[in-house]
Amino acid sequence: MGVKLLLEKANVPGIRTYDVYRREGGYTAAEKALKEMSIEAIVEEVKKSGLRGRGGAGFPAGMKWSFIAKPEGVPRHLVCNADESEPGTFKDRYLMEFLPHLLLEGLLISSFALGSNDTYIYIRGEYAWVADILEDAIVEATKNGWLGKNILGTGFDCMVHVHRGAGAYICGEETALIESLEGKRGNPRIKPPFPAIQGLWMRPTVVNNVETLAAVVPIIKMGGVEYAKIGVGRSTGTKLISACGNINKPGVYEIDMTISVEDFIYSDEYCGGIAGGKKLKACIPGGSSVPILPANLLLKTAKGETRYMNYESLSDGGFATGSMMGSGGFIVLDEDQCIVKNTLTLARFYRHESCGQCSPCREGTGWMEKILQKIELGKGESSDIDLLWDIQRKIEGNTICPLGDAAAWPVAAAIRHFRDEFEWHIQNRELSQTSNFGLQHYADPIHVPA
Amino acid sequence: MSLQFNNEQMTEFKRLVAHYPEGKQKSALLPALNLAQDSFGGWLPTEAMDYVASLLKIEPIEVYEVATFYSMYNLKPVGKFVFEVCQTGPCMISGSDNIIAYIQKQLDIKPGETTKDGIFTLKLVECLGACGYAPMMQVGKIYREHLTKEKVDAIIEEYRMQVVALN
Ligand SMILES: Cc1cc2nc3c(=O)[nH]c(=O)nc-3n(C[C@H](O)[C@H](O)[C@H](O)COP(=O)(O)O)c2cc1C
Ligand code: SF4
Ligand code: FES
Repeated sequence: MGVKLLLEKANVPGIRTYDVYRREGGYTAAEKALKEMSIEAIVEEVKKSGLRGRGGAGFPAGMKWSFIAKPEGVPRHLVCNADESEPGTFKDRYLMEFLPHLLLEGLLISSFALGSNDTYIYIRGEYAWVADILEDAIVEATKNGWLGKNILGTGFDCMVHVHRGAGAYICGEETALIESLEGKRGNPRIKPPFPAIQGLWMRPTVVNNVETLAAVVPIIKMGGVEYAKIGVGRSTGTKLISACGNINKPGVYEIDMTISVEDFIYSDEYCGGIAGGKKLKACIPGGSSVPILPANLLLKTAKGETRYMNYESLSDGGFATGSMMGSGGFIVLDEDQCIVKNTLTLARFYRHESCGQCSPCREGTGWMEKILQKIELGKGESSDIDLLWDIQRKIEGNTICPLGDAAAWPVAAAIRHFRDEFEWHIQNRELSQTSNFGLQHYADPIHVPA
Repeated sequence: MSLQFNNEQMTEFKRLVAHYPEGKQKSALLPALNLAQDSFGGWLPTEAMDYVASLLKIEPIEVYEVATFYSMYNLKPVGKFVFEVCQTGPCMISGSDNIIAYIQKQLDIKPGETTKDGIFTLKLVECLGACGYAPMMQVGKIYREHLTKEKVDAIIEEYRMQVVALN
């Protein structure tokens, strides 16, 4: 069993309630932070912990906190990003659903460190019942003196507000989220200015992911240095992985980032192997935006080394032969899955979610979907693959926000690694409507030149 | 104006607005539209949007802009129960196509349509954050996960019974 810092108590009956959470040692980190530590000391511990943002980009949390502007007389805000809409990702939901007070405790400590008296949780609109759980927890925490005025007699006031969105993946992007929180369409802002200078209502704002903010609790409890000893290299602490697709045990797992991808997929403690005794064909290891890898490149790097479930190892080889940790949405595809169809559903997703501000993203995502649809329906032409490649290349890097890249990468990676399968679809128009390219060579060991 | 929040809904509206600082009440627009949609039969007629605009003291166009942007707002009438079935990658590789086809057959409607009796609407949606519990759909506030044909039958029956009980 690996170390569990976040989900250790997830199975304790009643842990969702204040009383049980408190009895199990809850709010002791908040007590320590507010009563015994200075703001600088808290930020320092988070810096030492090496905690990287768990929302997808992996930016060091302590560093982000230290950028927040502190102009005299202007309120600052912490905003918790609970928009969680990246396909394959459902870890924040789990955390909020089962351990709402862990998030609130993390929010309290972080709000104190950032000087946020009004902290917002922006939760995707569809998670309506999770919003209710959070609201209940806020009432309990307020009743017990952990939120509200003059918390623990420190003179610090803090209220946490739950703000439900209304269905838009783009509102997970932090500046779109801020726009949405201001009651507008979720159009990402052009940066700079960065939210740390001018964010919500043009006030200095820090946006962090749910898991990032929850991780502040164990960091304060054990100290940043001890936290950093867990894991490996710059992948410190634990990471929540939401595993789904064709595996025996889909679900949310906490890993310490020293486990190999192979063990994660096949061990009974985690995914429990491929469902139905089938073979592994491919995997999208960090949410739909990150490059898909064929089985052989997933389990071993191009150099033939074991690949591990951490930031560095998953991205080993760059986009040519690697992928990314992303949001921790681990999507497993078995030998019977069609890469063209899978890529099509993702292209449709990004077309649907593009906010429409930049032409390359608005038009390009639509074109990619149409071409993929054509290939999937057995009407593809051989020039379509190069056309797809060309479109994705023209989107990447040419847009206001990273959604453009996020839409381009899955298509690029699918063509890069599964070009044979696209070609087969185009050459076997009829056959492709009733049968499947299958596993082919995608799990064969890669020849590593000596 | 005929569409209005009742007392209970108005109390909730005021609670929502109170989350934001003085003068920033526009921030309550999304939560207020969520409330309006739930209060006025599951969709947002222009009248409802204009009403929300007047309550928040903003221009109606500011509300229309938002209502047309977010996928959870229904701008046309819907059935009593809306089956919002996820069709994105992870659900697709876990068999959502079959579930969607089965629901279409059982309800005899296509995606985007409502049954003649006005009870069910079928809507295809993108990832709802339940990929590990696929196939799945959202109905109202709740998620129905690990769907099978048998479960779909039972769910349809369950809602039909609810309608009968209400009448
Ligand atoms: C299109 C898009 C969608 C995003 N969705 C989310 C999301 O749902 N949740 C999240 O925490 N971060 C999301 N992000 C990343 C945020 O912009 C931001 O980097 C993050 O919330 C910062 O928190 P962290 O540093 O704690 O990870 C998204 C980014 C993009 C470009
Ligand atoms: S890249 Fe796409 S989603 Fe991002 S701002 Fe441009 S159009 Fe909008
Ligand atoms: S893909 Fe269906 S819930 Fe995520």
